[in-house]
Amino acid sequence: MAFIDRQARNFLLLELLGGMWLTFRYLFKPKATLNYPNEKGPISPRFRGEHALRRYPNGEERCIACKLCEAICPAQAITIEAEPRDDGSRRTTRYDIDMTKCIYCGMCQEACPVDAIVEGPNFEYATETREELFYNKEKLLQNGDRWEAQLAANIAADAPYR
Amino acid sequence: MPKLTIDGIEIEVEKGTSVLQACEQLGIEIPRFCFHDRLSVPANCRMCLVEMERSPKPIASCAMPAGDGMVIHTNSDVVHKARKGVMEFLLINHPLDCPICDQGGECDLQDQAMAYGFDRSRFAENKRAVKEKYLGPLIKTFMTRCIHCTRCIRFADEIAGVPELGATGRSEHMEIGTYIEKAITTELSGNMIDICPVGALTSKPYAFSARPWELKRTETIDVMDAVGSNIRVDSRGGEVMRTLPRLHEAINEEWISDKTRFAYDGLRRQRLDRPYVRRDGKLEQATWPEAFGAIAEAMEGLEGSAMAAIAGDLCDVEAMYALKGLMASVGSPNIDCRQDGAKLQPDVRASYLFNTGIAGIEEADAILIVGSNPRWEAAMVNARIRKRWLQGGLKVGVIGPQVDLTYRYDYLGAGPDTLKALADGSIEFAETLKSAKKPMLILGQGALTRDDGGQVLAATRAVADGFGMVKDGWNGFNVLHTAAARVGGLDIGFVPGEGGRDVAGILAGAGEGAIKLVWLLGADEIDSSALSNAFVIYQGHHGDRGAHAADVILPGAAYPEKNGTYVNTEGRVQHAKMAVFPPGDAREDWTILRAFSQQIGKALPFDDLHQLRRKLAEDHPVFAEIDRLHPAEWQPFGNDGEMGSAVFASPIETFYMTDPISRASITMAKCLDEIEGRAAAE
Repeated sequence: MAFIDRQARNFLLLELLGGMWLTFRYLFKPKATLNYPNEKGPISPRFRGEHALRRYPNGEERCIACKLCEAICPAQAITIEAEPRDDGSRRTTRYDIDMTKCIYCGMCQEACPVDAIVEGPNFEYATETREELFYNKEKLLQNGDRWEAQLAANIAADAPYR
Repeated sequence: MPKLTIDGIEIEVEKGTSVLQACEQLGIEIPRFCFHDRLSVPANCRMCLVEMERSPKPIASCAMPAGDGMVIHTNSDVVHKARKGVMEFLLINHPLDCPICDQGGECDLQDQAMAYGFDRSRFAENKRAVKEKYLGPLIKTFMTRCIHCTRCIRFADEIAGVPELGATGRSEHMEIGTYIEKAITTELSGNMIDICPVGALTSKPYAFSARPWELKRTETIDVMDAVGSNIRVDSRGGEVMRTLPRLHEAINEEWISDKTRFAYDGLRRQRLDRPYVRRDGKLEQATWPEAFGAIAEAMEGLEGSAMAAIAGDLCDVEAMYALKGLMASVGSPNIDCRQDGAKLQPDVRASYLFNTGIAGIEEADAILIVGSNPRWEAAMVNARIRKRWLQGGLKVGVIGPQVDLTYRYDYLGAGPDTLKALADGSIEFAETLKSAKKPMLILGQGALTRDDGGQVLAATRAVADGFGMVKDGWNGFNVLHTAAARVGGLDIGFVPGEGGRDVAGILAGAGEGAIKLVWLLGADEIDSSALSNAFVIYQGHHGDRGAHAADVILPGAAYPEKNGTYVNTEGRVQHAKMAVFPPGDAREDWTILRAFSQQIGKALPFDDLHQLRRKLAEDHPVFAEIDRLHPAEWQPFGNDGEMGSAVFASPIETFYMTDPISRASITMAKCLDEIEGRAAAE
């Protein structure tokens, strides 16, 4: 009986027609693919992308050179040097992240007591050379300035869960 | 001997032991802030509370003497509740600024808050804020962090002997300060940074520069004076970041002087990092083969007696031993390690050692200081004398410069005449020495570097014999050195050989033209202008006085950059360890000498440090044992003849600048301005 049933299905091309019906149905469904880079998918406020150093609204840099991010970084990608600034406050003279070493674990932003180092929403920073991925303080602060609105929004969005 | 029970364990302790110390003997750690082993007990932090049975409330274990039959609990609920309460009170006014505090990571309060702290604050009122105090160029203050343990006040009063710090106001208004704002005038001020349990006092030169967890720790020996303090050099990435004391009960206890602690920034400045050769009157950069070639050329055809070598104050024994071997191989008897011209001879070891030992000072009951200012020449020795003086029953007499030594002394006179009068017994202090059970004498370099140094040495020896300072199990004759290399140099006999010239002879010979080539091994404290006629090779680490006169400069390693042996003023052999690499092309000193000896075809008989040290110990058995003291044999020494009448002067003009490293240090320059300059103006 099973033999006859299988032969009948083969002969009538039922599986083929079923597949084509499925394909036909998808013509009327919304598209799952995106037209990247013109379109982008949604990302979580917790997304861990490119790093940035933030500033306070008055323009003062947040980082106080406590070196907790340097200490916790499992890839040892962060290098910090510090000294007293002219006004006596503790500030970095050097803040380097080797983005080729970084594993984007987000420990640095977890460790930061002043929300200075953050991993922002940007993931499009591919470069043509390795050296461009050795970020220094200037580059990180620039990132911070560029992304500040979104960084602040992300932190605010995540705040209730901390 | 009271017997008490702590956490169910019975223990018998010495009478007068506190409960806290008894707990420590059992290995039970009691948290504390104000209590310190070497300071008096104020019992004001209340962190060390423990429960005692039949006592209505917890007791402060640091101030409670152990009594017979006490039953102590250190781990009960009552204890934990009490300590948590104390911690909460301490944290009421302590700012939450650990991320920017230099003490972060090595802070007592931080550590103990992990154990006894509460995770949030119940204090809704305004926190107290205190203005920063100025305490000089070494100590950075952040007085809001102060928890009023008063360790710094007690240190200044008791150990340093400068009662300049104090507390004004009461309870919340209490502030630690110097009353009138001024730099603290003690050479031990850096230790306050160590004993401060919080970040109220931190190191100014080290401010914000590193975190304790990123530093490489190397346990080594200090060379800024001849005490041989045990230190820990903390380095990061090939740079010395700070220097801290290491516990050695027989030498520096747990303190070090400010020069030891803060002169490290001199290691980054004025360094010789490549060889130089003088061409047409100008020093030009060169390679090692070029420099060696230039020396070999200058040496060619020279008689041994036309060459000379002088070893400086910071040299390790290995380098001096190699240089001695090199000079012997070219047939030169003109070697000397006594840059200052001290009239000490290597024949009798007891004649140039601090025979009593630094720890031995605590047994002495009368001390005669001749031609020395121990406070500047050896701050740790002075601290030990003060410690002994505070215990009572110690008489101190001084012949020489009249300075503030931080303890009271009888000023006997300024020069050799007083020494003679004392030997005759015509001074009152003679009676004190005669009746003392363990009298001792400290002879400074100021009395030995004179022309009549040999006679002074003989006269003091006679005083030592005359007053019974040398007897069974006690040798009260002590020479206090100022140079870390001196005792080592004398131990290996780095002095003129048969018919050789000493430093003065070499300088004079160079002027006359009898000495044509001089090898300076880190020798900077001589009048190098006298060497202008000779071919001068300077081997050292800093571009200081010696390097200016040089025709060839060979870059060597400074003390944290080499594995070296040093012998302190007691005759204690200690090994210093390499913490960082020498800069640029610089090399460890003995390797330079070994390489050069090969160049001239007279290779020294060792290829590595191991072989060198074995050879050294074979030739000079004192180097076979590390960190041991053996009494040196008491034999006749000194020169016959009359002493001159000139007064004794201290060999050190300023405490903060005595060698190429401290002269290159900016921190030391600031100290000179603000501490010594201020002291002079007053």
